Amino acid sequence: MGAQTMTYPSIDWLAITPIIILLGGMMINLVLAALTRAWPRAWYAIGTVELAVAALIVEMFLWHDINKDGARIIINNAISIDHFTMFCWIGIAGALALVSLSTAEYLRRESLEGPEVYALYICAALGAMIMTASNDMIVLFLGLETLSIALYVLAASHRRRAESQESGLKYFILGGFASAFFLYGIALIYGSTGTTNISGIGSVLSTEVFVKGDDAMLLAGIALLIVGLAFKVAVVPFHFWTPDVYQGAPTPVTSFMASVGKFAAFAALLRVVATALPSRAEDWRPVIWVLAILSVVVGSVLAVVQTDVKRMLAYSSISHAGFMMIGIESIGHSGDTDGLPATLMYLMIYSVLVIGTFTVVSLVTRTGDNGSDIGSFRGLGKERPALALAMTVFLLAQAGMPLTSGFIAKFGVIKAAATNHSYAIAIIAMVASVIAALLYLRIMISMWLSDEESGDDKREAIKVPFTAGFVVAGSAFFTLLVGVWPSWLIDASQAALQLAK
Amino acid sequence: MSLLASEMHGSLPFPILTALILIPAAGSILTLISSNRRPEITKLIALLTSVFTGALGLWMLASFKTGEAGYQFTSQHQWISSWHIGWHVGVDGISLFLVVLTGILFPLVIVGCDPHHDEKRYLAWILLLEAGVMGSFLSLDLFLFFLFFEIVLVPMYFLIGGWGYDQRIYAATKFFLYTMVGSAFMLVGIVTTALLAKKDLGHVSFDLVEIAEGANFAASTGRWLFFAFAIAFAVKVPLFPLHTWLPDAHTQAPTGGSVILAGVLLKLGTYGLLRFGVYLFPEAALWSRQIFLTLAVIGIIWGAVAATMQKDLKRLVAYSSVAHLGFIVLGTFAFTAEAMGGGVMQMINHGVSTGALFLLVGMIYERRHTRLISELKGLQKVAPIFAAAFMVVMLSSIGVPGLNGFVGEFLVLIGSFATARWWVVVAATGVILAALYLLWAYQRVFHGEPDEANSTFRELRLREGLVLLPFIGLIIFCGVYPKPMLDRIEPSVKAILVRVEEKTGYVAPEPVVLTTEGEEG
Repeated sequence: MGAQTMTYPSIDWLAITPIIILLGGMMINLVLAALTRAWPRAWYAIGTVELAVAALIVEMFLWHDINKDGARIIINNAISIDHFTMFCWIGIAGALALVSLSTAEYLRRESLEGPEVYALYICAALGAMIMTASNDMIVLFLGLETLSIALYVLAASHRRRAESQESGLKYFILGGFASAFFLYGIALIYGSTGTTNISGIGSVLSTEVFVKGDDAMLLAGIALLIVGLAFKVAVVPFHFWTPDVYQGAPTPVTSFMASVGKFAAFAALLRVVATALPSRAEDWRPVIWVLAILSVVVGSVLAVVQTDVKRMLAYSSISHAGFMMIGIESIGHSGDTDGLPATLMYLMIYSVLVIGTFTVVSLVTRTGDNGSDIGSFRGLGKERPALALAMTVFLLAQAGMPLTSGFIAKFGVIKAAATNHSYAIAIIAMVASVIAALLYLRIMISMWLSDEESGDDKREAIKVPFTAGFVVAGSAFFTLLVGVWPSWLIDASQAALQLAK
Repeated sequence: MSLLASEMHGSLPFPILTALILIPAAGSILTLISSNRRPEITKLIALLTSVFTGALGLWMLASFKTGEAGYQFTSQHQWISSWHIGWHVGVDGISLFLVVLTGILFPLVIVGCDPHHDEKRYLAWILLLEAGVMGSFLSLDLFLFFLFFEIVLVPMYFLIGGWGYDQRIYAATKFFLYTMVGSAFMLVGIVTTALLAKKDLGHVSFDLVEIAEGANFAASTGRWLFFAFAIAFAVKVPLFPLHTWLPDAHTQAPTGGSVILAGVLLKLGTYGLLRFGVYLFPEAALWSRQIFLTLAVIGIIWGAVAATMQKDLKRLVAYSSVAHLGFIVLGTFAFTAEAMGGGVMQMINHGVSTGALFLLVGMIYERRHTRLISELKGLQKVAPIFAAAFMVVMLSSIGVPGLNGFVGEFLVLIGSFATARWWVVVAATGVILAALYLLWAYQRVFHGEPDEANSTFRELRLREGLVLLPFIGLIIFCGVYPKPMLDRIEPSVKAILVRVEEKTGYVAPEPVVLTTEGEEG
């Protein structure tokens, strides 16, 4: 072969500023942590929050730029810069800021060393951002791995708790399998379409007519792709890792997994089905239908029988993932304009909710991070009424009560399903959510209505430090604000409908 | 165009209905943030808020234009414009007295019922409940209605669970989940209705008036939608066989909670059946009327028989509610002007008389710390005034002529006779059974010689008497002179009936009696 000159793609640096900010920040974090001996740990938290907020501000500007200049695909068709991406990036940066704040106090309480946890958070957030923006399967896979590997380490980061180690290991092994499935799916799709580019796959599939029986490789590829992503978003029957990992991981890390992790995986799934596979909707929609129904039902039923709050919330997150799958199922109907915005909005709302909830759980579990049994919540209404009230708001929102963001989220997906005449899925999901409501009621009963038991007065008093208090108050405010005045979020999520192709 | 803001307050200078919803809500927040060290101020805030709301309700009643069927004092604003959801409130003859009753009942509950502990939170929940109930009765937007209908669950859940009796958590959870299952179907129904209205209206609409006026649903679609709504309301009423949450919730709820539950919350179900069932889907309602008539009549008999067998006085009253609400449903699905008007009237009557019964049973419990009929004896001897008050309220509940209970039940029975003869025949025995279980209970509790435990039973106190006085006043006034009430109810009921006739070709029978002449027929 003759000498080939490598051509480098031109890079739209401005559009990827948020990624660069976080990447640079992470590097500085690591270098400082290596060079200095014992900086106050809070500094790293503040630094991370500042980075996240800086990224957030840039993302807001980019949102307005896209309003003006339109969506575009940059870096050799690998990264989409559109409202969809920015919506996810804003969510991820916001979640990063909130989780960092709630982690600060957790690490002090548990006497854990600080800097690397924040570096891993940023690294995971970077992976998540790349995943949500990627317009190429390979880039998507890179983002997925960046996110996942950071999460494996984070899950195991409580070095004195065996459960944390176990959680990390389980997540790693099962996550490794899922990545392999995903990668194999990419390979098979590449084999049948000749491209790994997501919008490229979309245009190939919409023009190419397969002879009947000739598309087995493609279908297998789609199936493996869905399996890989279904594992990451934790829907039934790919959910088995979730309860153990959520329970064992340090509580702030759990909230990070449930918010940023879900955000990234769902965004990837959304982009793949909406951009690459719309012409094969008839093939994948039934699969999503089954996954959605299984998740809402199994998640809700199994959540109710748990006694550990973190496990309960893990199962409830499966049920919520089922609700988001309903939005994805809607995308599979031709001409649908409701499914994608509804799912995105659900993701944003759920991320905030889950961070608020887990922050309260983290405070209530007390030193050692072992007290996540439902009994730990007993008497919280008397001891810390404000904290219990905020938790009540989060729980009611997750149960889908009106005037909270959770209702708007559920309403959005139910509306999307009804628009496409998927009434069965809507009714099954709503009835399942009643079963799940029992779980939220159980926590509320424990907080407000249970009598004290002997030994309760010997428990460690619950301290609410400023940072965690800020996260809880902020999340509760967002939850109620969106519940009462949701228009801005609805409009923003509808803007994300125009994907860059 | 519905999305434009419009205000039609009639003769009033401000959006009174919006105020009726927002004032208790604001009072709830104020109560919650008031100082812990001054409980009397907290109570004063709550009381003033509820009295002010009640006074506004009465003012609205005074300004209400009699003889008009449409919605009055409407106010309409954009809310979630991308989903075509608006803040649309209005009142007509059907909701008018329910709103007024809500306004009257809450201050009486705040004065008359003592929560015994955590008064601040109790009052905050009560006021939030008032806002929710007001909102449910006033909403003319399906989304808004659902929102209030659901939000009512939360304060009621905490009231039962926090201030109730031994089995309170079980009862509260059962209440919450039962109602929520119904709501699950209704939410899907509401969304589907709004989306299907697009075909006729040209845009998605959650506006009740717009949908009712502009949208036509195919018969089969309409029936599905009707049932999605009807399940939620049937649980709320509660209609046999979905009634099993009610005795538990009533028995375990604190007195205040029971009074509100019986007085106005159950009416959300019957009101909903009329407003969002019969009015919105006339064809489906008419088509399925036999199901509802049958369930209503089973409820009447079942409730009465079950009430007869109860050992617990409060549970007895709870089962009597099941029977009474059967009459309302019977009237609603009889499709004559008298029966429907009688049903609406019966909603108020039941609220007044059963609310008062629960208050009285609560007072008995306060004194004796038991509600078992077998433990009570000869109270008439030691507390004659208390016994007299109980007697009046009980007779109203039985439906003795001259008291309010008679007017509603009589109108329902006579109005239904033309269209649902055999159901009426069975239902009428329910009236006799009501006399049986209530009089028998009265006899066991109040007659005879008081034993040692009952001989110290305290007579009615001034404050308790003052709380009961409005109830008894309403019982007698509505019984003797129901005309002003019927005049206001009738046009709206007739409008619904005319709508049913237009949409289905059904012809309502000529009135047997002129409803405005009340019991003279």
